[in-house]
Amino acid sequence: MKPFISHSGKMLPFDRANVDTDAILPKQYLKSISKFGYGDWLFDDLRYLDSGDVRTDPASRRLNPDFILNQPQYKGASVLVARENFGCGSSREHAVWALRDYGIQVVLAPSFADIFYNNCFKNGILPLALPNEIIDKLFSQVDIYPDYKLHVDLESLTLHDEYDLQCNFELDDARRQNLLLGRDDISVTLMQRDKITGFEADLQQQEPWLFTLT
Amino acid sequence: MSAAKIPINAPKTLYDKLWARRCVHQYEDGMALIYIDRHIVHEVSSAQAFEGLKVAKREPWRRSSVIATPDHNVPTTDRDLGIAGIEDDVSRIQVQTLDDNCHHFGVKQFALNDTRQGIVHVIAPEQGLTLPGMTVVCGDSHTATHGAFAALGVGIGTSEVEHVLATQTLIQRKAKNMLIEVNGELGLGVTAKDIVLYVIGQIGTAAGTGCTIEFAGSAITGLSMEGRMTLCNMAIEAGARAGLVAFDQTTADYVQGRPYAPKGEQWQQAMLQWQDLHSDDGAYFDQIYRYDATDIRPQVSWGTSPEMVVAVDDTVPDPQQPQFEGKTKDYTKALNYMGLTPGQAMTDIQLDRVFVGSCTNSRIEDIRAVAQVVKGKKVAASVKQALVVPGSGLVKEQAEAEGLDKIILAAGFEWREPGCSMCLAMNADRLMAKEHCASTSNRNFESRQGSGGRTHLVSPAMAAAAATAGHFVDISKESL
Ligand code: SF4
Repeated sequence: MKPFISHSGKMLPFDRANVDTDAILPKQYLKSISKFGYGDWLFDDLRYLDSGDVRTDPASRRLNPDFILNQPQYKGASVLVARENFGCGSSREHAVWALRDYGIQVVLAPSFADIFYNNCFKNGILPLALPNEIIDKLFSQVDIYPDYKLHVDLESLTLHDEYDLQCNFELDDARRQNLLLGRDDISVTLMQRDKITGFEADLQQQEPWLFTLT
Repeated sequence: MSAAKIPINAPKTLYDKLWARRCVHQYEDGMALIYIDRHIVHEVSSAQAFEGLKVAKREPWRRSSVIATPDHNVPTTDRDLGIAGIEDDVSRIQVQTLDDNCHHFGVKQFALNDTRQGIVHVIAPEQGLTLPGMTVVCGDSHTATHGAFAALGVGIGTSEVEHVLATQTLIQRKAKNMLIEVNGELGLGVTAKDIVLYVIGQIGTAAGTGCTIEFAGSAITGLSMEGRMTLCNMAIEAGARAGLVAFDQTTADYVQGRPYAPKGEQWQQAMLQWQDLHSDDGAYFDQIYRYDATDIRPQVSWGTSPEMVVAVDDTVPDPQQPQFEGKTKDYTKALNYMGLTPGQAMTDIQLDRVFVGSCTNSRIEDIRAVAQVVKGKKVAASVKQALVVPGSGLVKEQAEAEGLDKIILAAGFEWREPGCSMCLAMNADRLMAKEHCASTSNRNFESRQGSGGRTHLVSPAMAAAAATAGHFVDISKESL
């Protein structure tokens, strides 16, 4: 995973509460055997007027011009702002992969569903739970200013725009460190590499029959 | 309670011991790193994990811990063409990807046409790849099955598959201890499947949440290993991530001589260590349930959750009755889905299909039970299809060596190639909407066996008897 120290990006306003994982990535895409390449299917039901599956060429599909992802002013956006309980529903990690592959790096909402929240950190996305007033303010800023951008700094735990918004946020320190250093669960565990190796060596002495499959 | 809080000399449960034996590192937040001895991999939950390894340029930590086989999504007919012969694109790509990944990473696989191929939870015990005292993981929730060997078996998700491949450990929080004790002698026609369905009917599907369930008592120790696997397999349906049965001579007898079981001096050494794999007298359990085996009759599920189960000589329950308070809505919905009416005799339910198979009941003992019931009989004309899907190529071979396939075929059943088949209906074996199926599998959720299908969970002998009668029959009252 790439370290996440700070991020400046265009904002994508998705003014909805209770956006579930099926809305983020519909279940027909769970048939993919890949861990990447979900970006074209992000918010699939809202984004396209026709339906598709893993075999459909996205270029052949009809776009819904009313949906934010298809509006030119939000092209290339990487900071998503939405309303409360973002990421609820089934626990599919694929939903986070769709956001990541589309290029979303920060998700801002008043609250998140638990598993979704955890899965974000595993995939290098920063989910930030912010007070309602700030979320409201973000929605109004993005409305007023064209090409509205937000800057999020994980080192100083602050965010600001080019206008009048500036605030601090809180984040669990272990999670913050993992993002700053680009550590996924596996790299965190591998910090115990010596302990695992030592444990394994002892085990091989005591229970050699566990090590015979070749 | 965390392992660290148990004084060294205090009596321990089997789960406490298994946990302590494999706990590599305890984090302050209550999570721990558990060393994994055996990792079983199949085609549906592994592709992204292997891809994750590739992208991060990681290698499997210990290849000798991993065994792979395709099972969830394989056809159970026409295997002659191997992978190329799989008609459905998505399935073929999944099976091919597993094959490619096994070659790429040097992981041992029992491939599609290997006689050792079969359902993950059938083949590992069969090969001696599941051993007492081990930690076993697989990207499938029924990994609890391996607890029958006094091993800690846990089902994991795809990210965890990658984590175990890369680090040989799993991040876990220690569960609570639950004891389910069943004492006494089982009646005629009552099997391990009936015990576990009965227990789930009593405690509900959420009772075991956050727990590891140990099954004990004379009715449990009297079971064969096949029976114990059936029992632990369904611990997950009671909400627990793992089920356990203590090690004893029955365990040792099953394991000894299997291809990957320890031999010679190592066998002696292993046997000495395994003797300790039981709960100590006075060990603390957070929850205890006790049942009398003589109260258990052959079971049939009537609803869309494994707890919606009654004895075969009972009737479909009335959701309006006071004992179902708080569940009336769910139960009514389930009855509607199943197309049943309160008060209807369970033996009146007419069956469209019968499925004998799945990691719950597809072992040689299960096939024998079916053959015994159907010998000299015919599948009822009203039953459209009756399937027997052995759990592995070796179960199939053994059954054929005993002539069971002939008996089963003569009765009008289909005799298939091994795989998960109609347990989850990912392949072509499935129910049509509204069809009632007597199934030896483990989940009767809506559409589990095919869109709109109606599943009734039963034991193999009950499924066999139902196939020949066209409806459920109380096998405890039949002279078999
Ligand atoms: S038989 Fe059914 S429950 Fe068992 S591993 Fe296969 S799909 Fe899962």
